[in-house]
Amino acid sequence: MEKLIDLAYIFASILFIFGIKMLGNASTARKGNLLSAVGMLIAVVATLFYKEVVDYPLILAGLAIGAVIGWIWSVKVQMTGMPELVALFNGFGGLASVLVGWAEFEFGKNTDPVTQIAIYSAILIGGVTFTGSFIAYLKLAGKMSGSPTLFAGQKAINAVLFVALLALGVVFVITGSAWSLYAILVLSLALGVLGVLPIGGGDMPVIIAFLNSFSGLAGAAAGFVILNKVLIVAGCLVGTSGIILTMIMCKAMNRTFGNVLFGGFGAAGGATGKAVEGEMKGVSLEDAYYVLEAAQSVVFVPGYGMAVAQAQHAVKELGALLEKNGAEVRYGIHPVAGRMPGHMNVLLAEADVPYEQLCEMDDINAIIETVDVAIIIGANDVVNPAAAEDEGSPIYGMPIIDAYKARTVFALKRGKGAGFSGLENSLFFRDNTRMIYGDAKETMTGLVAQFKR
Amino acid sequence: MEILILLVFVFVLAAFLGFELIQKVPSQLHTPLMSGSNAISGITVVGAMIAAGVAEGEFGKWLGFAAVVLAMINVVGGYLVTDRMLGMFKKKGK
Repeated sequence: MEKLIDLAYIFASILFIFGIKMLGNASTARKGNLLSAVGMLIAVVATLFYKEVVDYPLILAGLAIGAVIGWIWSVKVQMTGMPELVALFNGFGGLASVLVGWAEFEFGKNTDPVTQIAIYSAILIGGVTFTGSFIAYLKLAGKMSGSPTLFAGQKAINAVLFVALLALGVVFVITGSAWSLYAILVLSLALGVLGVLPIGGGDMPVIIAFLNSFSGLAGAAAGFVILNKVLIVAGCLVGTSGIILTMIMCKAMNRTFGNVLFGGFGAAGGATGKAVEGEMKGVSLEDAYYVLEAAQSVVFVPGYGMAVAQAQHAVKELGALLEKNGAEVRYGIHPVAGRMPGHMNVLLAEADVPYEQLCEMDDINAIIETVDVAIIIGANDVVNPAAAEDEGSPIYGMPIIDAYKARTVFALKRGKGAGFSGLENSLFFRDNTRMIYGDAKETMTGLVAQFKR
Repeated sequence: MEILILLVFVFVLAAFLGFELIQKVPSQLHTPLMSGSNAISGITVVGAMIAAGVAEGEFGKWLGFAAVVLAMINVVGGYLVTDRMLGMFKKKGK
């Protein structure tokens, strides 16, 4: 029987590999997701046949409860609520790995050092994933301030925590004592909280991708605890492919991962770059309409503000009207716009924006000089020219969408304040830029109304 | 000990495979890739089932039960949400 179970696990692993591979390609992604779900089903069913597994009612009850909760949440969530849901799911995965490690410790079947190391890793990685994801969830859901939370001695405390966790790990592996394990559990949970607290909203895409990777590694560690190959393979695949995604995000911000984790970007003061000269010039909806009406090509550049205002449907409507009016309409998507990787794509797809109109940053930058109007909807740092021009700026070197090169720029903004990074955006002060103040959704609806008159 | 060496071997190979598997991903797929692989990380449900399935009425068994519930939320929720998103991308007709 054990051999058959192993074979089933190999088959499941193959499906996971194909699943992840196919998720990386637009035409096969949905099938890939289905394949990996089938793999999961096979792995779960195969596990029921272990001879140690005898308490079926309890297991089936657990599977059913979890499945129903997961199903309800996934059906009910709005697309704008996607980042926090992904964070939450991720946290649950991490916590599950913690509990698996802990449960094996309570059974106390294997007390050799290697198993102890595995239990330690599962609890440490899983614990950090759990509370880290939970804080990310609170920040993303707006239940907690999205700006970096910094306090004196934060780095020192984190360093002490880290060293204490290493020392406790040694103690636990040598003595196998329960108190050291509980201490590890508590400190890991604390490290997750303190690690994510200083991370600001704009850095969320990086940290979400990273926590996702971490939850995979926690699963792999749990695999070492129970000597299970499918956990190791699947967990490791998620861990490493998650690192790739994290790196893509870091590259899109021209920052190292360490800088994201320990930077506390924009809140710690320090360099803020050159002061911006000039003034912001506003424009009325009516005047904006006349410019748009005459435009041959229009590019929308969405940011987190579009998500907050839930303006994606209104944006799509305006886009469709502009198209009908003869203009070429495109959307310029910065890889780290929003709060999770691919955030803007999800929102615009929800609003039924044609896929062909969604352009990646490089493609937009290649044609930006021929664009009549660039409309910035709640994006800030990803269009800040300081990244290209001002060497003293903290975001210098970050690839941006060169919206400032368009003939006219309309920037939709709630008020006159700076973005999440606390930086003034010189784009808003340029001669070819006009500000449209107010809620992005109302502005969009207003422009749509102008067109329909 | 032998099994451990084997498992480390498996881990290392899987790590290299994971690094190679996705290199260039269009930004449109970043979220589905993340939430889809997030669902896979719920594989820990297998470990949870083994812990919950033991006969004795131990404390660890209940930890396992809680882990089954949590991991299953991760698995089912993750796959469904990913499918929903990809369905949205699809219906544009490609």
